[in-house]
This record gives sequence, C-alpha cells and structure tokens, in this order.
Amino acid sequence: MSDKTLTRMDLSEAVFREVGLSRNDSAQLVESVLQHMSDALVRGEQVKISSFGTFSIREKAARVGRNPKTGEEVPINPRRVLTFRPSHLMKERVAEGNKR
Amino acid sequence: MIRSELIQKIADENPHLYQRDVERIVNTIFEEITDAMSRGDRVELRGFGAFSVKKRDARVGRNPRTGEAVQVEEKHVPFFKTGKLLRDRLNGKA
Repeated sequence: MSDKTLTRMDLSEAVFREVGLSRNDSAQLVESVLQHMSDALVRGEQVKISSFGTFSIREKAARVGRNPKTGEEVPINPRRVLTFRPSHLMKERVAEGNKR
Repeated sequence: MIRSELIQKIADENPHLYQRDVERIVNTIFEEITDAMSRGDRVELRGFGAFSVKKRDARVGRNPRTGEAVQVEEKHVPFFKTGKLLRDRLNGKA
C-alpha cells in the first residue's frame, strides 16, 4: 500500500494524458462530471456507474441522539444521506490489489 | 442517472468534443479512482467526497446454511465518505 492521496488534480492529469486536451479543459471536465453527479443526487436521483458503483440517497428518520460528552439528549432532524455501493468489479480489484 | 446519461450531458455541454472522447474522459475518471484504491490510495474530491480503502480483519465466519465455522481471511474493501458541501446540499443547506 502506498497510502497516497489523489485529488482533482490527479484526475485531470489522467484526462490530460488520455485525451490530450489542455490541462485547463481537463480540469473543467472533471469538475463537470462531479457537478452533474452531485446535481442528480440532490434531485434525489440514484447515480449508477456500471462496473464502478452506485450512489443512492437514503432518507433517515428523526431520532433522539445524545451528546456523548455531556450525556445530554439532542434531537436529530430527519435528513438525507448518501451511500455508495461499490460494484463487484471494484470490490474485486480493491481486494486483489491490496492483498499481501 | 447512469453512466451513458452522464456521458451524454457532458457531450451536450461540449459540442466541440467528439462523443468518443467524452466517453474516454468519463471512463478515465472512474478508472483512475478504482486504480488508486486498488493500490491502497485515497481519492479526496473536496465538496463531493472521499474514496478510501478499509481493512477488514480476518475472522471466523459461519456458513449460515450448515452452521459450520469457516475461516474468513483479512480483506480490503472500498469505502466512500460524502463531502461536507454535498451533504449540506442534500439537506437544502447550501
């Protein structure tokens, strides 16, 4: 494991290498992809990328939580959370690649 | 939304690009993320979320049908944590 962290910059660098657009355009395209995915999720849509995984929205009901430090009860409002379910292919590749 | 719809949206916004290049671009992005995780790397996309790899320790599992104990080996699984901006947007806060 190399324990590196990649960012948008690394993704746009990959696009730049793959397609040969300018670095600026590549960065812009990475941003558009993330933006379209986010917008669809905010609209409540599922985002399903074959052989990558599925992002879906779950509605969480209101509940009473507790401040773990003070023990005080605090109401937790109903909210929407995003879950990601990796595809079988991704799970396999991640499991294989990190095997020692 | 599925992969092909995402590709179409990007293609519509970029009429100067060939459809097949847009496909390569979108595929490259997802490919790069999976590649990073298969090397054990993290991918942090501020505002959207972060992909990382979590280790699951070896354990003794059980075959639910027979009740037989089976050794399950240590393994690594992909994990995604939603970014703050997207989490807020999902709840109408941004």
